[in-house]
Amino acid sequence: MELLTAIVIGGLFGAAIYLLLTGTPFRLIIGLVILSNAINLLIFVAGGLTPGKPPLIAVAEKQLLTASADPLPQALILTAIVISFGVLAFTLVLFRRAFDRLCRPLVDLEETDRQ
Amino acid sequence: MITATVISGFVLALTAPLLTRWRSSLAGYILTLLPLGLTTYFALQVSSIAAGQHLVESFAWMPSLGIHLSFYIDGLGVLFALLISGVGTLIVFYAGAYLAGNPQLGRFYLYLLAFMASMLGVVLSANLITLFIFWELTSITSYFLIGFEHEREEARSSALQALLVTGIGGLALLAGFLLMGHVGGSLEIRELLNQADVIQAHHLYKSILVLILAGAFTKSAQTPFHFWLPNAMEAPTPVSAYLHSVTMVKAGVYLLLRLNPILGGTDIWSLSLGFFGAVTMVTGAAMMVVQRDIKRLLAYSTVSGLGTMVFLIGLNTNTALLAAVVFLTAHSLYKGSLFLTAGAISHAAGTRDLDQMGDLARHIPLIALAAILAGLSMAGLPPTFGFIAKESLYQTVLGAPQLTIILTGIGFFTGITMVFAAGILAIPPFFGKSPNPATHHHSLPIHLWLGPVVLAALGLLIGIAPQLVAHSFISPVLQSVNPPAQDIHLSLWHGFNPILFLSLLTIASGGIAYAFRKPLLQFLAVGARLGRIGPLQWYYLILEGVKSFAQWQTQILQGGLLRRYILIIFLFAITTVMVTMFQHNGFGIKTELLSIRFFELTICLLMLAAAVITIRSQSRLSAIVAMGVIGYGIALMFILFGAPDLAVTQFIIETMTVILFVLVIYRLPRFVRRPAKYIQARNALVALLGGGLMTALVLAALNAQQGSRLSAFFKANSYLLAHGRNIVNVIIVDFRGMDTLGEITVLALAGTGVFTLLKLRPREEDDVCDL
Repeated sequence: MELLTAIVIGGLFGAAIYLLLTGTPFRLIIGLVILSNAINLLIFVAGGLTPGKPPLIAVAEKQLLTASADPLPQALILTAIVISFGVLAFTLVLFRRAFDRLCRPLVDLEETDRQ
Repeated sequence: MITATVISGFVLALTAPLLTRWRSSLAGYILTLLPLGLTTYFALQVSSIAAGQHLVESFAWMPSLGIHLSFYIDGLGVLFALLISGVGTLIVFYAGAYLAGNPQLGRFYLYLLAFMASMLGVVLSANLITLFIFWELTSITSYFLIGFEHEREEARSSALQALLVTGIGGLALLAGFLLMGHVGGSLEIRELLNQADVIQAHHLYKSILVLILAGAFTKSAQTPFHFWLPNAMEAPTPVSAYLHSVTMVKAGVYLLLRLNPILGGTDIWSLSLGFFGAVTMVTGAAMMVVQRDIKRLLAYSTVSGLGTMVFLIGLNTNTALLAAVVFLTAHSLYKGSLFLTAGAISHAAGTRDLDQMGDLARHIPLIALAAILAGLSMAGLPPTFGFIAKESLYQTVLGAPQLTIILTGIGFFTGITMVFAAGILAIPPFFGKSPNPATHHHSLPIHLWLGPVVLAALGLLIGIAPQLVAHSFISPVLQSVNPPAQDIHLSLWHGFNPILFLSLLTIASGGIAYAFRKPLLQFLAVGARLGRIGPLQWYYLILEGVKSFAQWQTQILQGGLLRRYILIIFLFAITTVMVTMFQHNGFGIKTELLSIRFFELTICLLMLAAAVITIRSQSRLSAIVAMGVIGYGIALMFILFGAPDLAVTQFIIETMTVILFVLVIYRLPRFVRRPAKYIQARNALVALLGGGLMTALVLAALNAQQGSRLSAFFKANSYLLAHGRNIVNVIIVDFRGMDTLGEITVLALAGTGVFTLLKLRPREEDDVCDL
């Protein structure tokens, strides 16, 4: 399973890098979204995979003594998901407003002008 | 107290502009008091230092790195400190009148006093790093002083030139210091003195030497770095007198003297110093005789003088080091005086061109007196200190064990040119016919004649009575430079011997050359053109080269296209990570793997397929949907592997992302860009490399996994300390609450940004885009 997830992460990174390099704004932003997803998954998997055991303390217990998924990467990813959404929203709106104003995309003007 | 002598200059420098604004006429007098007081203080230390006592002060600064703010005064230090503060007194006093009425006078005092304090720091520092910092401060203050008249292009470019040359040398010096500190086990100069054998035997000795010499040679204007010094004459004359003849340019010589007990005495030391010194001596002397601008002439003679000092230190015998110290002192006195004389002349007669001067003795007799006395010293005529210096030089070269004839020839040639140049400087401007007799001459206030007269008179006084300085000054210096101490003897009269004969021959030859100066100068002017292919041209070539290289590499690395930046960032990251992975043999795969369940396989294949669709799809909607599929796939993974909170968040966020995409961007016109095939192939290659590398990294990380100690803490204390059963939530709102606050702030900022951008509607007429 770890091998499979590693391949998925590699695939997502590859797709994201390719999209970022294409240079059209739409694909650039899609690439960004995939990249942040890939990174979240990377953190998650690198912490070790534990199927079906969330880090919750049972009502009768005071401590979690049994094996469970690592809570720390989860907390980190939770933060990362929300932040990357904030950044994405800002990027999208900025891009849109720049277009409204300039009638052309904000990035790589020379290239798009030529076409 | 020593620390205070250094710091006080900086403090006073900061108040100088205010003081000058308050009472411009009074400021000069008040500011003069500090260098005067410092001179007194250092003068009072002379006798105890001559008795062998050294003053030491040290404050811990960065003790873990062996860096201390430490100072000490010994024979060498006190000689330089007295030159700096003593000549500084005269210069500050002089500058008040020289720049009277200049609106920037306050700023000038600021730079000048800051320079003085930095220079004192250089010669009193006992720690290499402290020394280096003050060393760089002198370069920086020198930059401001050369560029003082910054409206002029020449002043700015000369200032930059001096800064670049001495600054690059300074970097080499720092590297040399660090290496020396590493080898010697300390950055304290006084401790390194005991490590001379260790350092000289070390295989890094040559590197240390080259680096430190680079610093000293650039600062002290040795060929081929000498060109910045004549160009530095763009500075106001008090600056040329102070920085570029008496103090700053001697910092390199100071360093060589200071480090002589540590690095000196080896063949390579003698060879490099002797060679560069001799070349500089001759180059400076040869360039000097053809100059018609009085300041440039003096500058080249300073270059030659600095060469002489380095040359003598290189010869490294007792006699040679004595000659170096004597020459250094004599040179400071007569050259400072001559520079101030030049300033007074240009103030009185309004010119720096030797051909435009004449008959000045009638108008400025005291300046004429100073010029004659200083000229005698420069020419090495009795009964001045310059004569003793030249006799010591001749004694050294005649007594040299090897290459006696060549060394004597170099000394003799330089001696003749000095007689010649001194003649040109001291006689025609004052007693020759004036080319424009009608010129109006300003009278000179005391400020402008006191400095040159005092310095020239000192040169005469010491010449007549050298025993005044022999035991109190010169002997302690030699003790610092070449321990143990020796008894020294200085006098005008050594009896009839080859040295005297050579001296007489020098004076006679110089006199003959002076008598035939007109045809001689015409003849030499032809040769002067050769100077145009000198190191100054190399400097410009290098400067242009650096500029065009910078432009070229900026064009490549930061060409302005976003995807180019992204490409370079990814390539760099991939390369460095990959190199590290290979170096540490980081590729590996865990042996015990979880088995793959069917639905897991399905999810993973779906995500991979979606990734392909985002790349291949020509339809935006399908790209957005594929992107959503990837997000939901990840959410499912979160559910399967024990992260329900993440899954919920991911579902919500992914949904909102898709909606936002459709709302904001879907309706925009399409920008299709089909890069050339080879570019697509290149991008695909980079993407494959990056993806593959990430796969390898994940596997390596899983292989190396040891679990985090923090997780155990959270599991144990989540309920007991924070009363929460959902550990992830507890971490976010409690254990790492401050992080979450930061995250909320980021979100709030992004939200504000989005809101503002949406509210900021363009005016109707601006909204020309046809959607």
